[in-house]
Amino acid sequence: MSDRTDEVQHKTEKERAGASTGSDAESEDAEVNSSLRRMSRRSFLWAGAALAAGYSGWRWLVTRGDAAGIPWPLRRTLEFNEKISRGLFSKGRLAATFPVSSAEEPRPNGDIGLGEDFDATGWQLSVEGLADGAQPLILTMADIKALPRVEMTTELKCIEGWSQVVHWTGARLADLMAKYPPATRSGNPPSMKEKPDELLPYVALATPDGEYYVGLEMESALHPQTLLCYDMNGRPLTTEHGAPLRLAIPVKYGIKHIKRIGTIRYSALRPPDYWAEQGYDWYAGH
Amino acid sequence: MKRLQKKHPLAIRWFHWINFPVLIIMIWSGLLIYWANDVYRIGYGEKTLFKFFPDPFYAKLNIGQRLAEGMAWHFLFMWFFAINGLLYVLYTAISGEWRFLLPNRNTLREAVQVVLHDLRLSRKPLPRRKFNGAQQIAYSSIIVMGAGSLATGLAIYRPVQFGWLAALMGGYPMARFIHFWLTIGYCGFFVIHIAQVIRAGWNNFRAMITGYEVVQDSAAGETGK
Repeated sequence: MSDRTDEVQHKTEKERAGASTGSDAESEDAEVNSSLRRMSRRSFLWAGAALAAGYSGWRWLVTRGDAAGIPWPLRRTLEFNEKISRGLFSKGRLAATFPVSSAEEPRPNGDIGLGEDFDATGWQLSVEGLADGAQPLILTMADIKALPRVEMTTELKCIEGWSQVVHWTGARLADLMAKYPPATRSGNPPSMKEKPDELLPYVALATPDGEYYVGLEMESALHPQTLLCYDMNGRPLTTEHGAPLRLAIPVKYGIKHIKRIGTIRYSALRPPDYWAEQGYDWYAGH
Repeated sequence: MKRLQKKHPLAIRWFHWINFPVLIIMIWSGLLIYWANDVYRIGYGEKTLFKFFPDPFYAKLNIGQRLAEGMAWHFLFMWFFAINGLLYVLYTAISGEWRFLLPNRNTLREAVQVVLHDLRLSRKPLPRRKFNGAQQIAYSSIIVMGAGSLATGLAIYRPVQFGWLAALMGGYPMARFIHFWLTIGYCGFFVIHIAQVIRAGWNNFRAMITGYEVVQDSAAGETGK
């Protein structure tokens, strides 16, 4: 570590020679002082400018117009991050699974859309946006249970930060969609396997009263671990956990695990999403 | 006799001063997120010695009920934190600055000596080098910690797409735990760093802005070298 290479080029020849008398030393010190002052002034001006620029940037950000609960540049950033995440997304990549014995009861965190005025025995599921016909299709629990029964033990991750291993039983949303396929953007007959890109790109799910609603993009809806659940931890769903049918979607935060599903609608437009309207990321994906 | 000696390259000064506000914003927005599930504490068994964080702390800093906002800020500034950090590491590697920073086999012994000196337990003078052993350990650790924050952060952010990373971090809850404690680590670093900067004085601080430090050559032999 030689100082030589780092030495400033402000030295006089005399100084380099090392032949300094008392008065020379004083004038050299004065010269060092003045070049230090010059450099300091320049650097501190830069620092001040950077500080001002940083502060203006911050002020600019916090004063931007609101886009569903957050300044619009932040909303744009969430959408930018979503684009990257969707680019990285692979349907074959599965959420970690756990032994059934490690499953526990999750916190029943939300009750929006779970009003008292509801008769579970008369429950029906309305499916809309189908390939054949403009009429909604009405399904019963028997129709859901006729689909292949799938069990999985995955981690439910709440957007608040807690997580809980839960054992889910239900039917794949992908299986329901294969049986009752969505319309296509082109109007051609749908082909789930060969041309998934032609399908309407979104799925909207809502509670019967329409109070709670989530939107999914097609990749996540078709993910093999996205289940329409009727059992949780080996028992039928309780009311607070979303009886008779709820979503379990380990590629998303808990906020997308909508309880008491009343309608499933295939959609050409990005569906509204309850929490995305309150400042959260619409994608909320894992 | 006085002379000016180059200390910190321009690029490193920029990386340092950009990182400072960015890290503050990351910690602040992280707090807004953490509040929604503030489960960590210091304690044993049922006994809690300190809960992160006491309610007056949240109230004072207006932390409560701002999860969505916190996430939005966090996921914008994560880019600046990551890019600035990566550029710093790249620059340090390419420019050769790493030679001043990376610990070697003498570092630990020297670091102990520095700590003893700073605690007034030893009178042996400190090594006259750009970074002493304690600094080498501190400034290298902080980079490892930054990498840890990025890795655990990514594991929490996309735990399925980066499932291997979450698994490597010991699972999703453990990744969150590590992410939190690294942040507490930054706060500890910050306190010691500021204390040391104040102790070291204006000449040292100015060097982090101008790049130059004034050195006093006392012995003639040193001057002519």
